[in-house]
Amino acid sequence: MTAPIISFKDFSFQYNSQTEPTLRHLNLDIYPGEKVLIAGPSGSGKSTLGRCLNGLIPQSYPGQISGQVLINGHEIQASSIFDLSMQVGTVLQDPDSQFVGLTVVEDMAFSLENDQQTQATMQTATAKWAQTLDLQDLLTHRPQELSGGQKQRVAMAGVLIDNSKILLFDEPLASLDPASGKASMALIDKLTHAEDLTVVIIEHRIEDVLQQPIDRLVVMQEGQIVANDRPEPILRQSLMAQLGLREPLYLSALLHAGVDLADCQHLDSLDKLTVPNLKATLQQWTAGVTLNPPVTHSEPLLNIDHLQFGYDPHHKIIDDLSVTLHRGEMISLVGQNGTGKSTLSNLITGFLTPQAGKMTFDGQNLADLSVKERADHIGYILQDPNQMLSKTLIFDEVAAGLVLRSLDQATIEKRVLATLKVCGLYEFRHWPISALSFGQKKRVTIAAILVLEPAMLILDEPTAGQDLQHYTEMMAFLTKINHEQGMTIMLITHDMHLMLEYTDRTIVLGNGQILMDAAPADVLTNEAIIEQASLAKTSLYTLAEQNQLDPREFVAKFVQAEREAR
Amino acid sequence: MQHQLLIGYADRHTFLNRLSGSTKLLCFVGLSIIGMMTYDTRYLIGIMLFSLVIFHFSKIKYREISFVVSVIIGFSVLNLVMVYVFAPHYGVSIYGTEHLLLGNNQHYFNLTTEQLFYEFNLLLKYTFAVPLALIFLMTTNPSEFAASLNKIGISYRVSYSVAIALRYIPDVQSDYRTISLAQQARGFEISKKAKFMTRVRGGIQILLPLIFSSLDRIEIISQAMELRRFGKGKHRSWYMAQKFRANDYLALIIVALLILLGGLLFHVNGGRFWNPFK
Repeated sequence: MTAPIISFKDFSFQYNSQTEPTLRHLNLDIYPGEKVLIAGPSGSGKSTLGRCLNGLIPQSYPGQISGQVLINGHEIQASSIFDLSMQVGTVLQDPDSQFVGLTVVEDMAFSLENDQQTQATMQTATAKWAQTLDLQDLLTHRPQELSGGQKQRVAMAGVLIDNSKILLFDEPLASLDPASGKASMALIDKLTHAEDLTVVIIEHRIEDVLQQPIDRLVVMQEGQIVANDRPEPILRQSLMAQLGLREPLYLSALLHAGVDLADCQHLDSLDKLTVPNLKATLQQWTAGVTLNPPVTHSEPLLNIDHLQFGYDPHHKIIDDLSVTLHRGEMISLVGQNGTGKSTLSNLITGFLTPQAGKMTFDGQNLADLSVKERADHIGYILQDPNQMLSKTLIFDEVAAGLVLRSLDQATIEKRVLATLKVCGLYEFRHWPISALSFGQKKRVTIAAILVLEPAMLILDEPTAGQDLQHYTEMMAFLTKINHEQGMTIMLITHDMHLMLEYTDRTIVLGNGQILMDAAPADVLTNEAIIEQASLAKTSLYTLAEQNQLDPREFVAKFVQAEREAR
Repeated sequence: MQHQLLIGYADRHTFLNRLSGSTKLLCFVGLSIIGMMTYDTRYLIGIMLFSLVIFHFSKIKYREISFVVSVIIGFSVLNLVMVYVFAPHYGVSIYGTEHLLLGNNQHYFNLTTEQLFYEFNLLLKYTFAVPLALIFLMTTNPSEFAASLNKIGISYRVSYSVAIALRYIPDVQSDYRTISLAQQARGFEISKKAKFMTRVRGGIQILLPLIFSSLDRIEIISQAMELRRFGKGKHRSWYMAQKFRANDYLALIIVALLILLGGLLFHVNGGRFWNPFK
């Protein structure tokens, strides 16, 4: 048996800034050529584990270490980040911040420049990797001109150029649309074999990673490894849900249909999945579920009529778009990156002015209202809460909008406290914002908008970067204000799970127009639209197709069953 | 719009584009220094003409630079006026003679040929380097800036910070726009409609999140750079650096001769000033 290339021996680590160890007594061996997925909820220590592999721990993040980590024979405590970077190539979560060069080719050559290689060597190496990663036509492009998927390929080229044999990916799917994510996973798989790499992927979107075979799944919780096996046995024991991770959709569907997972073969790969009598079981389940009549909302709230906008008159981003949103709806707005989802929200909120067309909100012409006045009716919440927070205390942050509207002190206090209660932040009201987690900060930004009592909320990727527990909490909260206050909510998202399970209506944007406007289950079973809008087929669709079921009906019934179980 | 930031670098296919960035930087710095030292009007006019001729060859369009040029002219005029206000007799004390044009020598504000001549020299000094600076900025690929700075002896860490700034300014700008809009939507009025103090306070509301998000960004970038061995050695090589070719040496020789001529004139004039009033 070959020796492990990465080896943790009874390893513990405690950041100097923390009072408790983040990693506790880890034992983990990874062998050359393995492809390992490390999953776990936020705060489970999976990112810390990644930092041990590339040497950021203990070099950049000092702390107390006990035990040992060996990377290809090098002990991390005795090696510098520079030494380890020859062994481990790291692709960071946000490919944008990894991109340090002014152009693609300079970024690829960055580490070679630091090694003082000659220009001829660099040209050969960049040409080779540009070909492997299909970047030839982009070499002189600036980072601002690239899509998320392209940036990630540049980031990969920039570390592969070192010929390091271990590749570490920190949440590679976080900033990609579903289609790019799928392509990225396929590329990683191809490289693993072609370049003989050992790959470690840190990610909590397990289903997306499992689209390509994984040798081992390591699940972490509270600084410890709680599962370490091939994916199949872990899936079979239904460990995922217990461990705070999101199960693949097809697995949930099998469970709903009453399939005994012990009878299943190849549970980790839907293509090879074999289950005795699967077709009959699924058909029986489908027949047994009656679809509730869809909830309909009929009172128009926002009416958009022949809207047009483009920075360049010859290239319209929004081209003759008309749509009506109704009061009380929960809508998902999806589409490829750069297709105008943000532009549309900016037109609605008044950040941009349309070149033609009319918008009315509750009968009022939006063109007559300023940005500030529109904000009284329509709240817009950015993806990154740090871009919205400007006060140090939670109470002040939430009160800020009311103070600016010159309300009296007593009213402000009453409304702020009421909003904080709705948002589950009442206990924290005297806390400094800096002490909050990412999810809590997000909630503060929502509270700061809700306090203005808008009739509609637009949220940009409300659940990005959150683990299942925080995701569920956030969505339960939004569902609650949608139901109880009749708040109209529009979510801009790449997460198909989110649009399926939580929204009633999906608007697909593409080419400046609406490609489709239908129930989420209908959208995600329409192959042409999936292709056009860079979405990806869900495993439910594939499962239904494999078993000759009507995918639309199957997906709709699955969603209903999931919601009822919630 | 993002390209505008680099005062419009474009490959205009002239010999100036093909010169290495280091050559252009050295020529610019060298001529600026000698031009700043000398008050020899003949020499200044010479360099001014020289740089205007080169500028003509660079094929830079006037409309690309009209804004920058008007700002520079504005500042120069303001400066000349202030020099006159604070020291209306400085020309007289330099050149040692007094030819009155307006007023009499009892008044603080009078006008002498000497003062006019002195200020004319100042104007030349302010403006002769402008075409050279514009040529350097607009014909040098931004990717080559850092390499050029490093080549003339500035440490590569400092040089690279120039490249990083060029890389991230558009991102920070877009952050600023996003944050500003989000704050406006909550009611911070920063448009011209609001009072000055309100706008200042609104500005601070944007700055705070911007600073925090930029600090986060810096931390991540520096990690990303370290993970790719930035800072490992005493030196680093540059993918975009250009080797010196015949034209580069020719340009450097011409400029060296010009500088030598300037130095020679110090000797001939017996100091930095050329005095036509003697």
